[in-house]
Amino acid sequence: MPTASLLLYVGGRLAQAVPILFIIILINFALIHAAPGDPVDFLIGATEATPEYIESLRREFGLDQPLWVQLATYLSKIVQFDLGYSLRFREPVLSLILSRMPATLLLMGTALLFSSAVGILLGVIAARRPYSAGDYAATFVSLAGYSMPVFWLGQIMLIVFALHMAWFPTQGMYSLRAPSQGFGRILDVAHHLVLPAITYSFYHLALIYRLTRVKMQEVMALDFITTARAKGVAEGRVVYRHALRNAILPVVTVIGLNFGFMLAGSVLTETVFAWPGMGRLLYEAIGARDYPVLMGLFVVLSVMVICANVLTDVTYALIDPRVVYR
Amino acid sequence: MAITHTLAEPTWWRIFSRNRASVAGAVVLVALFALAIFAPVFLRFEPGRINVGPSMAPPGLIHLMGTDELGRDVFSRATAGLSVSLMVGFGAATISTFLGIVVGGLAGFFGRRTDALLMRLTEVFQVIPRFFLAVLLVAFFGASILNILVTIAVLSWPEIARLVRGEFLSLRSRQFVDAARVAGASRMSLIFVEILPNALGPVVVNATLMVGQAMLLEAGLSYLGLGDPTKASLGQMLQEAQQIMRSAWWTTAFPGLLIFLCVLSLNLVGDGLTDILNPRSRER
Repeated sequence: MPTASLLLYVGGRLAQAVPILFIIILINFALIHAAPGDPVDFLIGATEATPEYIESLRREFGLDQPLWVQLATYLSKIVQFDLGYSLRFREPVLSLILSRMPATLLLMGTALLFSSAVGILLGVIAARRPYSAGDYAATFVSLAGYSMPVFWLGQIMLIVFALHMAWFPTQGMYSLRAPSQGFGRILDVAHHLVLPAITYSFYHLALIYRLTRVKMQEVMALDFITTARAKGVAEGRVVYRHALRNAILPVVTVIGLNFGFMLAGSVLTETVFAWPGMGRLLYEAIGARDYPVLMGLFVVLSVMVICANVLTDVTYALIDPRVVYR
Repeated sequence: MAITHTLAEPTWWRIFSRNRASVAGAVVLVALFALAIFAPVFLRFEPGRINVGPSMAPPGLIHLMGTDELGRDVFSRATAGLSVSLMVGFGAATISTFLGIVVGGLAGFFGRRTDALLMRLTEVFQVIPRFFLAVLLVAFFGASILNILVTIAVLSWPEIARLVRGEFLSLRSRQFVDAARVAGASRMSLIFVEILPNALGPVVVNATLMVGQAMLLEAGLSYLGLGDPTKASLGQMLQEAQQIMRSAWWTTAFPGLLIFLCVLSLNLVGDGLTDILNPRSRER
């Protein structure tokens, strides 16, 4: 596919995302004014503030002006990447959130790679022998996977493998006594990563497994598979080259479109294991009723979801030659 | 697939009962409901009462699921929490199904601009990360059980709306609807008498699954500290257990198990209902 048309396509998709982003900012603005209480309290959070600070906030956000002027002020701040200031953390909201982002991405990335690889593999194996005992067992386990609260699974994993077996640390991302750089540091972080990543993978593993299995069964019944077999292509090649390539497209879409749910799962997992990412930040902000951080997280997480959606469409376009760009 | 000798379509119960996992799910679900409803009759301890036993006693004959750090009976609290969780799950799913039918029905029946507008709205709702919007709404408006229920309901309708719209679009031009229209049926009667009853099947399946989703969503909110402290749900119990689970595993294991059983049985029942609607999914 020519690069120019791809760029145009990506640009178009991004442009479509602008109104959604506007709505998200509008939701924040509406909440500040619609929720019971003085709007200025929501700009501060439930922290003691000096009268001077409150006064300066009122002026900064133009709280004595008509509503539409306030909205314009609010919008122009966010467009300039000013998501407010957290009195509790004594830091601008955006830099606070960005400092927590790498930990979340590490957890999500690891878990997503693991669950996609294992889920697709198991799905293919199950689809080759449908309705066998193994297929039933795997189907039931996957059903269990998305029927349980992810944080409860985390709590149980923590009790069993970190407390009773003592195989893994109970919380955090690194230990204080471990080396602070180099290979030792990587090993230490990896050791802390195992339990949260497995917990978090379980739900997605279940989802990806189930989807791959269904799609593989559909594709394996199609004529071109029969043709491939008839002309003597080896069975392994038929399954992994011919069928899987076609079955994997919807799987990619579902992974991308579930990004919002994935972020939610990450937040809950991080809370269990005190993993220092955006989820942990959300938990702390809820506990302190730090409204600027909550609103900032909503904006940043929404932007991430929108980007994931665009990325999914582009990936889909790249793997599926049938998609035509306009 | 079994060869049937009668030409008549098997009754829905016979189809449902062929899926043994779904039957098991239905049985467990009924048992959980019975537990939530009738527990107050036979409970030995008042659910919220402190010091009815020693602090953090392990499960035993007197305290079936042990006690927590305040000496509250976990079993009694869990049955009360179960009824709160079920109420939120079914309440939210009912309201959002209703909203979804209204939006989807209007879009599918009237088509054109109404359809375009409502579907655009639905898309926006689907892109916005739902869980985090729920967090914001509950944090701003206060963590009461009613707020949580309404929040979940207001955020969950898009799937149903899309489903109903699809059904309406395909049904509204069928012959029997045209016949009713020619016979002079009003719009209302076309929607409610002719089309809606035929679109309800998939809606019921989706609503069943949505109850489970709503229960998980409520549990997640409660776990993050947005539960209603005056009406402890199962999720709220898991949140409280976070501090003491290291020395008292039963405070987290049992409430979580109850949520798991509820959602699992709802999903299994949903599978069975799909079998009734969709002949292809019956083949096994």
